[in-house]
Amino acid sequence: MQFASYDPENFYDETFEDRGRPRPGCTLVMEKIASLTDGEFKRRQQAAERVLLDMGVTFGVQGEATGQEHIFPFDIVPRIVEASVWERLERGLRQRVTALNCFLQDVYHDKKIIKDGIIPGDLVASSKGFLKACEGLNPPKGIWCHIAGIDLVRVTDGTFYVLEDNMRCPSGVAYVLEARQVMKRTFPELFEASRVRPVDEYPGRLLDTLQCLTDRPDPTVVILTPGTYNSAYYEHSLLAQKMGVELVEGADLVVVDGFVQMRTTRGLKRVDVIYRRVNDEFLDPLVFREESLLGVPGLMDVYRKGRVALANAPGTGVADDKAIYAYVEKFIRYYLGEEPVIPNVPTYLCSDEKDRAYVLDHLDQLVIKATNEAGGHGMLIGSQAGRREREEFAGRILADPRNYIAQPVLALSRVPTICGDHFEGRHVDLRPYILYGRDIHVMPGGLTRVALRKGSLVVNSCQGGGNKDTWVL
Amino acid sequence: MLSRVASAIYWMNRYIERAENYARFIDVRLTLTLDLPEGTAEQWDPLVRTTGDDAVFAGRFGKPTKENVIRFLAADTDNPNSILSCLSAARQNARSVREIISSEMWEQVNRSYLTVTDAVSSGRFMQNPQGFFAEVKMASHLFGGITDATMSHGEGWHFGRLGRLLERADKTSRILDVKYFILLPDVSDVGTPFDNIQWSALLKSASALEMYRKHAGRITPHQVVEFLIFNPNFPRAIRYCLIKGEDSLHAILGSDGGAGQNLAGRRLGRLRADLDYADIGEITAQGLHEFLDNFQAELNRVGDAIFETFFALRPVEGAMTKGDIQ
Repeated sequence: MQFASYDPENFYDETFEDRGRPRPGCTLVMEKIASLTDGEFKRRQQAAERVLLDMGVTFGVQGEATGQEHIFPFDIVPRIVEASVWERLERGLRQRVTALNCFLQDVYHDKKIIKDGIIPGDLVASSKGFLKACEGLNPPKGIWCHIAGIDLVRVTDGTFYVLEDNMRCPSGVAYVLEARQVMKRTFPELFEASRVRPVDEYPGRLLDTLQCLTDRPDPTVVILTPGTYNSAYYEHSLLAQKMGVELVEGADLVVVDGFVQMRTTRGLKRVDVIYRRVNDEFLDPLVFREESLLGVPGLMDVYRKGRVALANAPGTGVADDKAIYAYVEKFIRYYLGEEPVIPNVPTYLCSDEKDRAYVLDHLDQLVIKATNEAGGHGMLIGSQAGRREREEFAGRILADPRNYIAQPVLALSRVPTICGDHFEGRHVDLRPYILYGRDIHVMPGGLTRVALRKGSLVVNSCQGGGNKDTWVL
Repeated sequence: MLSRVASAIYWMNRYIERAENYARFIDVRLTLTLDLPEGTAEQWDPLVRTTGDDAVFAGRFGKPTKENVIRFLAADTDNPNSILSCLSAARQNARSVREIISSEMWEQVNRSYLTVTDAVSSGRFMQNPQGFFAEVKMASHLFGGITDATMSHGEGWHFGRLGRLLERADKTSRILDVKYFILLPDVSDVGTPFDNIQWSALLKSASALEMYRKHAGRITPHQVVEFLIFNPNFPRAIRYCLIKGEDSLHAILGSDGGAGQNLAGRRLGRLRADLDYADIGEITAQGLHEFLDNFQAELNRVGDAIFETFFALRPVEGAMTKGDIQ
């Protein structure tokens, strides 16, 4: 299939320097794809989709009829990241996760960063992710965010920015693992010829990370899922399978004799580490939301006594707050005395009077985001919104300024994507996954999400996004 | 193994086996129709009666025509036991234990479900029912083979086999009942070529014709019934199912598990022993239908005991509950 008519236009194209000129690291792949006939290329794309369907690689969309599953749209043209670029990203991600962990430890203990006037105390205290119940907590080994997913975007001049931090339960890593499997079946010859760094060791690394949280020999590790109706259930199950650990639901666990135990066919068995994919507020009905059926009554008490480890620690959500995000560069300088390797996107806090006035004046040029929403919800892209929508958002901002931030509309980089019988550029982002255990490990690759609709900047899977395999060379 | 997981594996297997046997039920009925004298060919209600869902059927479909019955038993999403519902439930169960079973098993369950959904939505199941039922049977065989070849034969596998065999024992007894319901043995027919054709059709539906021939040669009603109930080696015979099911139950309980003290172990053991010592003469004296009816009731009690022993999530003594909120 040919790229002759492919036009990178005025965006940063991850694959082409210019019309008809692939970037150095992409030459081999593009030549291979160009050498396939249209029919052969389509056959491979269809075979890949068939494999995903058979494997049941699906996600559920919230708000739709329960249990409705969709195939994750997948495009077989990979997104390629050159080694030198990746080396820098990896350094930046380690730095950022280290600083965020320092912030979490500080903000739930001495709050030095507030006393030193780096971040306003009321901004932290008013964050929905900040949990009073976690003050004074000492998570095992002093680690709060064992598994992080940090969303990166690249703009027209080729600079990467951090768009968002996900420190609670970042999802999507299963799609990375499955995408790679599918690509190996789709382009076996390319994997032999190019040196793509493997992602398959992730589950093993994750297990190491979880096991290091306890000193008990031969610890029992489990994944706690909200159940089969959760949109990320597939991932929970895949990770449990690849790590060889039990996948449990809240009802499978009980607190007896001061320990968390699971109900087995041979009676109760003690659990040492829980990789929980249940949100903070549902973890323990005795401490958080009383009506929760997903959690385990008494869990937090056992956790506080150090008799079970939770990953991630409860309370990490404060670092996901998009208003707190605006301060992360300052955290890096404050805790590490370093300059940030990957910059933040310039961010206006609507809680700040001056910023708010600017935001309200420039709604048509900005992206407005609710500070506690995820998945592309509660968001307004000013340049693409109508007048009425903008006015409605202005009202929302005025009613609750703390809950909104604004950022410039970014021209996200693009990757060639199959559209019918030819390729067109589609905008992408990149979510690498970082494990924080004995040391920090950055998975070489990550989830490249594609906004499949022409011109769209929204890559979330529930809003018409697809994914691509990410090749780090 | 988690109780919930054990339960999901057990039910996944039961549902797949149930779907296979529903295919067998309808298949035997379709085959018999070909040879039935005029007038009896339109009797489809006995088939619904053998599944025990006749009240539900009457309420929803009314007239037991061939189309209605096939639709109800194969494709009706409101009938929890239809082939489509069974495979959907099997898939739901498989989905909840994907990390425990092998990927190959999951892919097979998923594929079977997609195949049946497709056959139903395209109407293929009605245009070519025999072809469709052959697919359903093959999907179940594939699942069994894949399970045996790709999953460790540990506790989970034994729960699966236990579920599969208990379901099969129940359904073989019902296949025998189909014959009973369709043609109350008319004394004048017994031993006629016509009767023999029917018995061999029944054996065929249990994939038992060839193995029966090797075992007994000539087809006689007594020997067919004896074969399908008492044979310890034929994998669809009731006694075989109970012997192997008991093996699995013992493996689950462990050598020190005290099968004798365990309710499920006691009930299954007694039922198996009853078959060890009964003979076809007693069954004939009692009446085949009465025997099968009683057997099905006892088998249900075994299922209840397995639920109580292994799956039921009862409150744990001393566990923290929501009532502990200060």
